[in-house]
Amino acid sequence: MTVSVVQFGGSNCDRDAVRALTHLGIDAERVWHEDGLPADAEGIILPGGFSYGDYLRAGAMAARSPVMDEVRAAAEDGVPVLGVCNGAQIGSESRLTPGAFTTNRSARFQCEDVYLRVENADTPWTAAYDEGDVLSIPIAHGEGRFEIEADRHEELVAENRVLFRYCDEDGNVTEEANPNGSTDNVAGILGESDTVAVLMPHPERATLPELGSTDGQGVLGGFA
Amino acid sequence: MTAYTATVTVRLKRGVLDPEADTTRKALERLGFDLDGLRSMDQFEVDLDAESEDTAADRADEMAQRLLANPTLHDYEVVVEERGA
Repeated sequence: MTVSVVQFGGSNCDRDAVRALTHLGIDAERVWHEDGLPADAEGIILPGGFSYGDYLRAGAMAARSPVMDEVRAAAEDGVPVLGVCNGAQIGSESRLTPGAFTTNRSARFQCEDVYLRVENADTPWTAAYDEGDVLSIPIAHGEGRFEIEADRHEELVAENRVLFRYCDEDGNVTEEANPNGSTDNVAGILGESDTVAVLMPHPERATLPELGSTDGQGVLGGFA
Repeated sequence: MTAYTATVTVRLKRGVLDPEADTTRKALERLGFDLDGLRSMDQFEVDLDAESEDTAADRADEMAQRLLANPTLHDYEVVVEERGA
């Protein structure tokens, strides 16, 4: 398994992702978006950052770059794809995953540790956890509020596609524990297949022991 | 071919929270203005040559669908006018 970490102009979590994966014993390499995906890409990360300066909407430009046609095709072939933060915004803008991530309720950039409750442990990204487990993983975003049409969200919940919800330390999903005003406290969501997922929190920042929490290791372990 | 300007206005759907507009409204109120509400929107003016006004509108509509608006968040409208020489 070699994971391709797709680097756009303005990506800034690509090195962190490679280092975190390497720490877990998973081969990973950065791939410049204009070079296209390697033919043998066995996993794909869309990393965090501020691709194209967040012009128009966060992720809007990168989502329409040619490499994303390759990412979509790979995803349809079953290659695991994980979008983190800006990568989550790119994933939703490119319709890999449903809904949209937009301006935080606070209208501010927020960089803080949050708690996440594992809502579906039957996916590659959460197989290391049990449903209801509480993870401490940081967020760092200005546009992380998950928005979706009400009827579409009901379908997603019914299909068990909510991966993580923001919660308090004890796992209670409350309005107070919702850092950005996301619909139904959604922090991470699955695409049409459970091998495709996006989340706003940064598992690669909660993987190396020297950074504190290692709760994010299981998410990246989905590539193992 | 005729020269047109297509004006594409992209606004949040009714009911979608607009924290930037809320912050702007509060700042206006701090300046002493009295207002009942404030909405923000993006507007794009696209200059293009087309065979007819309808063709120009169709192209601008496709631009809105494929990039300028996000259907989860936005409604949009397109207004086309002939562009003076």
